[in-house]
Amino acid sequence: MKYMGLSITELHEKLKNGEVTSEELVKESLELSHDAQEKCNAFVTILDDTKGGEVTDDLLSGIPFGVKDNYSTKGVLSTGSSNTLNDYVPFFDATAYDNLKKRGAIMVNKAAGDEFGLGGTGTTAHTGVQRNPWNTDHMCAGSSSGSAAAVAAGVYPYALGSDTGDSIRKPAGFCGIVGYKPTYGMISRYGLFPFASSLDHCGVLTRYVRDAAIVVDAMKGIDELDMTSWDSSHIHLNDDLTDDVKGKKLFYIKELCDLDNYPNADEELTAHLNNFHETLKKCESLGMTVDGVHIDQALIRAIPSVYQVISCAEATSNLSNLTGLIFGPRGEGDNYIEMMKDHRTKGFSPLIKRRLIIGSYVLQTENQERYFKNAQRARRLIVDAIKEQFKNYDAMISPVGTGPAKLIDGSKEMLKDDTLALEDQLQIGNFGGFPSITIPNGFVSNLPVGINITGNCYEDQLVLNIAYALESAMEYKGQIAKEVK
Amino acid sequence: MGKYYVTIGLEMHCEVSETKSKVFSSAKNEYTETPNSNIRPLDMGFPGTLPVVNKEAVRMSLMMSEILNCRQPEYMYFERKNYYYPDMPKNYQITQNPPEDCVGMNGYIDIEREDGSTFRVGINNIHLEEDAASMDHLYDTSVIDYNRAGVPLLELVTEPCIHSAEDAVSFLEYIRAIYQYCGISEADSKKGQIRCDVNVSISDDENTLGTKVEMKNVNSFGGVFGAIQYEIKRQSELKDADRYDEVEQETRRWDEESGTTIRMRSKVDAEDYKYFVEPNIPKFKITKEWLEEIRKSIPELPYERKAKYMSEYGLSAYDAGILIKDINTANYFEKCISLGSDAKMAANWITGNILGYTYKHEIEIQDLYLTPERLNVIISSIQDGKISSKQAKELFFMVLEREDEPENIMKSEGMQQISDDGAIVSVVTEVLDENSEQIEQYKNGKTNMFDYFVGQVMKKTRGQANPVKVKETLTNELSKR
Repeated sequence: MKYMGLSITELHEKLKNGEVTSEELVKESLELSHDAQEKCNAFVTILDDTKGGEVTDDLLSGIPFGVKDNYSTKGVLSTGSSNTLNDYVPFFDATAYDNLKKRGAIMVNKAAGDEFGLGGTGTTAHTGVQRNPWNTDHMCAGSSSGSAAAVAAGVYPYALGSDTGDSIRKPAGFCGIVGYKPTYGMISRYGLFPFASSLDHCGVLTRYVRDAAIVVDAMKGIDELDMTSWDSSHIHLNDDLTDDVKGKKLFYIKELCDLDNYPNADEELTAHLNNFHETLKKCESLGMTVDGVHIDQALIRAIPSVYQVISCAEATSNLSNLTGLIFGPRGEGDNYIEMMKDHRTKGFSPLIKRRLIIGSYVLQTENQERYFKNAQRARRLIVDAIKEQFKNYDAMISPVGTGPAKLIDGSKEMLKDDTLALEDQLQIGNFGGFPSITIPNGFVSNLPVGINITGNCYEDQLVLNIAYALESAMEYKGQIAKEVK
Repeated sequence: MGKYYVTIGLEMHCEVSETKSKVFSSAKNEYTETPNSNIRPLDMGFPGTLPVVNKEAVRMSLMMSEILNCRQPEYMYFERKNYYYPDMPKNYQITQNPPEDCVGMNGYIDIEREDGSTFRVGINNIHLEEDAASMDHLYDTSVIDYNRAGVPLLELVTEPCIHSAEDAVSFLEYIRAIYQYCGISEADSKKGQIRCDVNVSISDDENTLGTKVEMKNVNSFGGVFGAIQYEIKRQSELKDADRYDEVEQETRRWDEESGTTIRMRSKVDAEDYKYFVEPNIPKFKITKEWLEEIRKSIPELPYERKAKYMSEYGLSAYDAGILIKDINTANYFEKCISLGSDAKMAANWITGNILGYTYKHEIEIQDLYLTPERLNVIISSIQDGKISSKQAKELFFMVLEREDEPENIMKSEGMQQISDDGAIVSVVTEVLDENSEQIEQYKNGKTNMFDYFVGQVMKKTRGQANPVKVKETLTNELSKR
């Protein structure tokens, strides 16, 4: 591996001074794609015919990247990692992807993930399980599993992901890389296959915080095709990136992050939380303050259910366009209802079916008040409680998950009840549309673990600056997976 | 029939035809015979597409809401109505879900009957939604045209407060006129732009409620009238026969051919649409300033024109009522006035010959070869005494049949009323010279001989002599003899 392990700015410099051509980078990235495919099953499509592109002053020009397969890419198979779209070639581009294409960035593959983003394990893609490049017996987490595996394996400096619960930030943590989803609406969702529209975010997986800033600078922007997008032309994440974070105030939620909440903590959880508190000390050494704050335990415990109810409800409706009648493989049957049933029965994985049934149940008139409306109320309360903290603090810091990546074969084990909220707490970032970034902060059981910084809406710069400073204070910046098994 | 108290509620769907694009997609909003030509990815539910609200459609909806004296919402938002049907490729419809906030709530409008009396119709709500695709069911296939999918649709729901088929139709006709006058919709039922659901129940008196029966998708006002009449009769006969329990809360359809309503399904197994707020459309504030701006831009409404026609032009309520029913007719009339036509004569021509002709030939008044300009030539020719009214009527049909200018036809047909004094005097003299006997009888008191002379003069001039002038001259000439 010669170049693909480098950062975007390094690659740009080498392209500009003629040390390497875009064509050579593409070739290298494609070779690495095939390696990662063999090892991790990271992709739905590898675009072997991709040519190098023109190198301009744009930092992204001529540099290869990957796109999660739930982004609509014109003329390129886009399956959402689902059998319901296993033959779907869109005729229009997602805005976020188009924005990169216009800058001369070069897509070399479409990355696999959990079906339509509905999953946290990277085990439900129609093309099979994605394996963690650090140890292929372990999962990547999901749903942006292929994107995370590819970036961690050093296939290219970045890949696009999507994040509805923690689908960028969790796999980033498990794969030892950076995962960033900006404020809701900063990047247009037009062309992103929807999972739960009020929670869905586009974002990126990289190995450097600065790269995340560069890529999101390019992806973002108000889009007349997405009413929830907003004008961020005054925000220049890369230009304004600084590691001067002296005086910034961080908080963490004591109910989630203190080890004494978990009397039955296993070794990994213990190590993970201890490591988290070590990182807090690093924050302090950078001139920031860190306080543990109390948030109503009832609200914290409600996070997973609130997420489940709202995301499943919206998904039930969002995925109802998948009938196989207009696009996707046609089902068999004597009439359109039978054809549709056949298409959906064969097309969806059991996990998605389960979620669609939950979604349908909680939306039924007789259940809606008790489940869906209450979940929306609880969502508001949780967001309000966090926003209340943002009045006094610049950002929230939290551990990613309950430890390192789980074993693929052990993935069917039910999560323990008392750690459920810790496992799912990054969903707060989706409830509030908060900017949120994961960076690697060490190793537990020889596998990477991550830490997350989340700020108030529109405070993307602040969140990135804190992550950037912290990244530089630790030794995991830019790391590429070294197979430990 | 007639012995029961009838209660009718209406749901009137009207396509908003006058926006440039559809309500949530950028596809053209334009009626076309070429199927599937006005479509964008959203209209076919392609993955990743998102709705974008058409502000113009919202403006028009709010204007309608104001005209109907409704309360407007502080914030505008939409809801998803989830159901699987091939005419709705997303398998949910973006709509509003009253009693949740929608473009208009709790309004009313006063309707004038032909006899001049009025009645008030309570408006439960009016809401904005997207239309579905149109489907044709053939022998063993169904075909879908997505041109209509996503066209803005306004659904107006009345309170159950109408008590006769006549009133129901008067209401619908007036609302249709408002849509046209405000430039919101052509409101053309032939293009499928208007569809009605009709609820009918009967009871012993106004204090009791009967069982509500709903007729879906009645596509013409004639159909609404027929469906109501039929249902009143059907329900009354069952009630008369002590079989009222057979009247079920159900959905029926109006069958145009047989003139009957036919059961479709019971209301009991109504679908659960699992409504929830559309997350891709952020709530947006409807400002007082915008509402005020819209209110100021409401054009002259049909009843305002009617009142004007009565007070300024002295038309009868009946005639004025006919003129305002269709904006094109009203505009035709006003054009005649602006060209200087006599208002009453223009009104008579329009309500009589012209509307008779357009109805018979199924053409629109604005497409008529006989434009207000040409009608004005005919009217002023009568007024100037150039032609008689009998000639005018012949001329009217000749203009329409030959599609030629009235002046040309008058010339080629020799349609000239003789008003020239000298010419009339010479014909009168001629007639009197030939009828000395009759003059004698006239002089001896047989005064009805006068009409005989008039008849002779008209005969000699092939009806072209101005009868007033003829009478004047005759009186004059007779006195000389």
